[in-house]
Amino acid sequence: MAIIYIDDKPHQADAKQNLLHACLSLGFNLPYFCWHPALGSVGACRQCAVKQFRTPDDKHGHLVMACMIPAVEGTRISIHDPEAVAFRAGIIEGMMQNHPHDCPVCDEGGECHLQDMTVMTGHNYRRYDFPKRTFRNQYLGPFVNHEMNRCIQCYRCVRFYREYAGGNDFNVFGIRNTAYFGRYQDGVLESEFAGNLDEVCPTGVFTDATHKHHYTRKWDLQFAPSVCVHCGLGCNISPGERYGTLRRIVNRYHGDINGYFLCDRGRHGSEFVNSDQRIRQARLRRNGQLQAVSKAEALEHIRQVLTSSSRVIGIGSPRASLEANFALRAAVGERNFFAGIFQRELRLLNRVLDVLRNGLAPAASLREMENSDAVLVLGEDVTNYAPRMALSLRQSVRQGPMAMADKLKIPHWLDHSVRELAQDSKGPLFIASIAATRLDDVASETYHAAPDELARLGFAVAHKLDDNAPAVSGLTLEQTALAERIAQALRSARQPLIVSGLSCHSTAVISAAANIAQALRRTGQPSRVTFTVPECNSVGLALLGGRPLEDAFAAVRNRAADTVIVLENDLYRRASVQDVDALLLGAKHVIVLDHLTNATSTKAELVLPAATFAESDGTLVNNEARAQRFFQTFVPQPDVQESWRWLRDAIIASGRQDFAAWENLDHVIASMAVEVPALAAASKAAPDATFRMSGAKVPRQPERYSGRTAMLANIDLSEPKPPDDPDSPLSFSMEGSPDQPPSPLIPFAWSPGWNSYQAWNKFQEEIAGPLRGGNPGVPLVEAAAQPQQEYVRDVPAPFQPGDGEWLIVPFYHIFGSEELSIHSHGVKQLSPGAYLAMNDKDAERARLRPEDRIEFTIAAISYQAALKVRADLPQGIAAIPAGIEPLQGIQLPDWSRIVRVA
Amino acid sequence: MTSERPLTKDMKPGGEALSLREYERVGGYHSVHKALRMDPKNVTDLVTKSGLRGRGGAGFPTGSKWSFVPIGPDAPRPKYLIANADEMEPGTFKDRYLLEGNPHQLLEGMMIGARAIEAEVAYVFLRAEYVLAGKRVAQAIAEAYSAGYLGHRIFGSELNLELYLHVSAGRYMCGEETGLLNALEGKRANPRTKPPYPQVSGLFGKPTIVQNVETLANLPHILNNGADWFKSLSRTADAGTKLYGASGKVKRPGLWELPMGTTMRELLEEHSGGMQDGLKFRGVLPGGASTDFLTEQHLDVKMDFTETQKAGSRLGTGTMIVLDDQTCPVGMVWNLEDFFAQESCGWCTPCWSGLRWAERILGAFERGEGNETDLEKLTWITSFCAPGHTFCALAPGAAEPLQSALKYFREDFLRHIHEKRCPWR
Repeated sequence: MAIIYIDDKPHQADAKQNLLHACLSLGFNLPYFCWHPALGSVGACRQCAVKQFRTPDDKHGHLVMACMIPAVEGTRISIHDPEAVAFRAGIIEGMMQNHPHDCPVCDEGGECHLQDMTVMTGHNYRRYDFPKRTFRNQYLGPFVNHEMNRCIQCYRCVRFYREYAGGNDFNVFGIRNTAYFGRYQDGVLESEFAGNLDEVCPTGVFTDATHKHHYTRKWDLQFAPSVCVHCGLGCNISPGERYGTLRRIVNRYHGDINGYFLCDRGRHGSEFVNSDQRIRQARLRRNGQLQAVSKAEALEHIRQVLTSSSRVIGIGSPRASLEANFALRAAVGERNFFAGIFQRELRLLNRVLDVLRNGLAPAASLREMENSDAVLVLGEDVTNYAPRMALSLRQSVRQGPMAMADKLKIPHWLDHSVRELAQDSKGPLFIASIAATRLDDVASETYHAAPDELARLGFAVAHKLDDNAPAVSGLTLEQTALAERIAQALRSARQPLIVSGLSCHSTAVISAAANIAQALRRTGQPSRVTFTVPECNSVGLALLGGRPLEDAFAAVRNRAADTVIVLENDLYRRASVQDVDALLLGAKHVIVLDHLTNATSTKAELVLPAATFAESDGTLVNNEARAQRFFQTFVPQPDVQESWRWLRDAIIASGRQDFAAWENLDHVIASMAVEVPALAAASKAAPDATFRMSGAKVPRQPERYSGRTAMLANIDLSEPKPPDDPDSPLSFSMEGSPDQPPSPLIPFAWSPGWNSYQAWNKFQEEIAGPLRGGNPGVPLVEAAAQPQQEYVRDVPAPFQPGDGEWLIVPFYHIFGSEELSIHSHGVKQLSPGAYLAMNDKDAERARLRPEDRIEFTIAAISYQAALKVRADLPQGIAAIPAGIEPLQGIQLPDWSRIVRVA
Repeated sequence: MTSERPLTKDMKPGGEALSLREYERVGGYHSVHKALRMDPKNVTDLVTKSGLRGRGGAGFPTGSKWSFVPIGPDAPRPKYLIANADEMEPGTFKDRYLLEGNPHQLLEGMMIGARAIEAEVAYVFLRAEYVLAGKRVAQAIAEAYSAGYLGHRIFGSELNLELYLHVSAGRYMCGEETGLLNALEGKRANPRTKPPYPQVSGLFGKPTIVQNVETLANLPHILNNGADWFKSLSRTADAGTKLYGASGKVKRPGLWELPMGTTMRELLEEHSGGMQDGLKFRGVLPGGASTDFLTEQHLDVKMDFTETQKAGSRLGTGTMIVLDDQTCPVGMVWNLEDFFAQESCGWCTPCWSGLRWAERILGAFERGEGNETDLEKLTWITSFCAPGHTFCALAPGAAEPLQSALKYFREDFLRHIHEKRCPWR
């Protein structure tokens, strides 16, 4: 720490940081544009000018840009110096020369950093009286709207898109006051992180194109602290609602996970909440048709079913909250609770949990991944399976070259100087995956092979690190050399990281990753590991336990059960039509709780409208085993309620009155903590419903929420009482405590004078650091103090391509493979169609051509798709897109012949 | 007064380039042999001692600039030496003369520089419009390679030097030292933050020296004749000769190699032959478009880095643009500001917003639409674009002719306001 003087008063500052960072961390309002806490300093906009004095006696001083000056001991600056104040207002004046006066019709209005900074500097009178420059806008795809006339040339967009996110189809063109930020021609932005431009842009050049369809000002949205449900990373989000529809998702800063950025699936994948396919009323099958029934009728039917059934089983879900799954378990009994995923996936998840529990290497958060200086990705296509992680891994390759910067004493935040020095040198990132990934451009080396070969490579790396680790026989020279290079890189790193996960569906791959972590530990080099998981609560479900899905099928098939309750789980996406039909048609009664009409719900006898993440509260456990609470954003239509409430009502209806004690979410969590000790810590994920600040709840609505008395005046002139929220310390109101809530309860970023996302500055202990009081979430897995030291020794045999058969593996697609986000129009637009991909040489040998219609058969069911030929796929492997119709419910990897359809 | 003209004495009267053979006949490449026998540090010391200051405009001491380059076996490699031949300063045409007339002299100078900083790669970064110079430099490079003076083990020594000609895409910003580096890397010619200076992190992140053509051309002569000789060439404390130029409505616009410190009056009256008949001298931009106006009272200023600065301007490139009494000073500045506004790279706000604004206001004056408030705005823009306020020196340079015009030609601005027209039209 250093002492710096700001307007003659001493303050503590981090000497490794710059003055802007220091001033903002200290709570000063110093305006800025080109600087961004995640992007560093480049000195372009000149907005953060302050007066610097060389000595205490220097009365004259000179203007400097706070973002470009290190906050070293004894630095003396003035923010309030009149010359600095005038200069900062002048910068706004310059930017405003061309900026349109369209705030009232601009989507950024009300949360515009340019508006905030304009007010902050005091500039208010136009002296420039010449025509403004204008531009033609571009179509940039379904997610991002372009309005170039508003541009103030801060260069943040192009720095984020190209330098931070690695995109190359977006750039700055032209010079002087007519710099143009866009693509070389109209077209869909290729980066999976393009949506962040909405937040990175300090004004309305890039805005959310999906929000436009049902636009609402930030101050009129009702928010809640929430967690993304579209993959297993648990990025924090702020969903916003108005008039009962979900309008948009924006990033909710989390210092350990998503930081300032989301992926486009997370940001744009939640249109399912408003979908026409929503189940909004209970439906009961009468005369073969599902018909809407009242809640009371539904519960009466449940009473009849549950009291007359011989045995009721419940099928849980990795996309439902812990509380919903636990309530189902409570309803049917532990013995009758099935996890809703197959044994294969459950085993993989338990293997991951074993590694995390064993304490060989702690689970890395995304933030820690960014700081890793040597990374091995074993088996994963991160961008498509756990998208936000790709952005973090992309930053990790900058760690190696930072040593060069340190040598020249270039501070890490001096972004372009570091990049100019580092040029193309990158820290080691090895990607061993089945085929090419979107991170390959920053990889030191890539290796494409079958899952078993990837595992063998991993085992070989472990053996290179530690002779005690099992050796791998029959490696090629190429594999041996690569393993040596990987081992060397990991061994010499300060903070090595191994990334693996479930997308290969291979226990051997995960075990190989564990062996590497163990080998590093045994050789005195502590590492970190991270495993990707498929769904938002996969880890929570695994911790809760439950029997695999095939056992549920067997129970019905063997007539051991006659009633099935399916919780938020479209079984047709997981299992074959035959198996699911046998279950749903074989059972006497099928009750489905879900958000959307799907293949499973249409086969049910009773369908219950389950609240989505935006309409309910609950706990999700991410890939690090971090339990995080998401809160209800808005109150849905009356018959829609949380799955756990439906299940509680069902239990009570079946005669177990003691469950009436489950009045709110906290009671469910408390009960869960008793019944399932592994989940006990989940109760600490957020303050409970009794929490108050100065005696008041945390308001979900901004202070300026307008139209409260008018919104529903067409229905009733008297303003309705805000709905109660028995489940959380948040209120459905603009009224409440003005204080900053604890981090898990921050619904949206706002602070006086800071209406844009930049307001997160005001919620952090230090800029870009943890939120005050710590980042949200609690770990559910405690690493053992004494790790078990045994290596996994079952190294798989080399992969042998089949004779006329291919090993078919699933390929995940950020847009298309996930069940709920596919209901968003933009996601649908960007999702691929059904295909089967194979190696070009394989295709040639099989006399198949691209676009040929081919057929393959898994578990006696034939599927058709168009052939794609990819040179990056290993021979003997074929890939189909995961979760994309009609290629659903296929258990992979599996072998099949592939033939052309006549 | 007779004086030595080391840079131009061997030039052919017709302006054709000297061939390698012709150049060697007048002693060409001799200094390289000398430099190769010297320790690199001693070469730098000699140049430091000579008092050579950069001729690109900033006047930074050359030896001192080199001394920041890491030397020895642990230094990052490769190191680069770049000849900045992107002569785009309005009114400046001195490097062109050296490039077209004696390209080998430049190459020899680059070899000296490369020896001093142990660079193994060198570039001539050439202004796109200098087509003839491009041909001649390329020819000279080819000759030098075939003679074994470039490439691997030059002159049979341990020194390797690959030398390339790079023709710029043609933007003023490419001539800015760090903008040039970005351009050479294939990036936008935006300037870079300093520090870190190019001496430690320059082209492709490696130690790099960027030096003006005229500066480099001096090196063979310093090596051959010594530091004291070089100092003796000058009339002032700033050493050497200088290529001075004059453009504008003088009788004989041109370019002359003269002792550093030659007065403006001598340049104007003797070498340029005075103003054209019927015209009176009003002022001068002494060193290119981005320097402050000087007027009658400054004619006896000795034109070197120190004295010109004392007079309130800069020596810049030493090539003056003369303003006469029948040319509108407002119109002249308008033209210059249009150039600078057009050439702003668009990186920092004062530059991209301020210069175009100034240009528009000056245009309004010329149309007779200017007013007193506009004068305040112009004054504000010059302080807005002051050194330190902007990212690089382009905007402060652009502000110089404007701020000095507002100072020396205020009456002319007022006439535009009061007469509601340009009095010269």
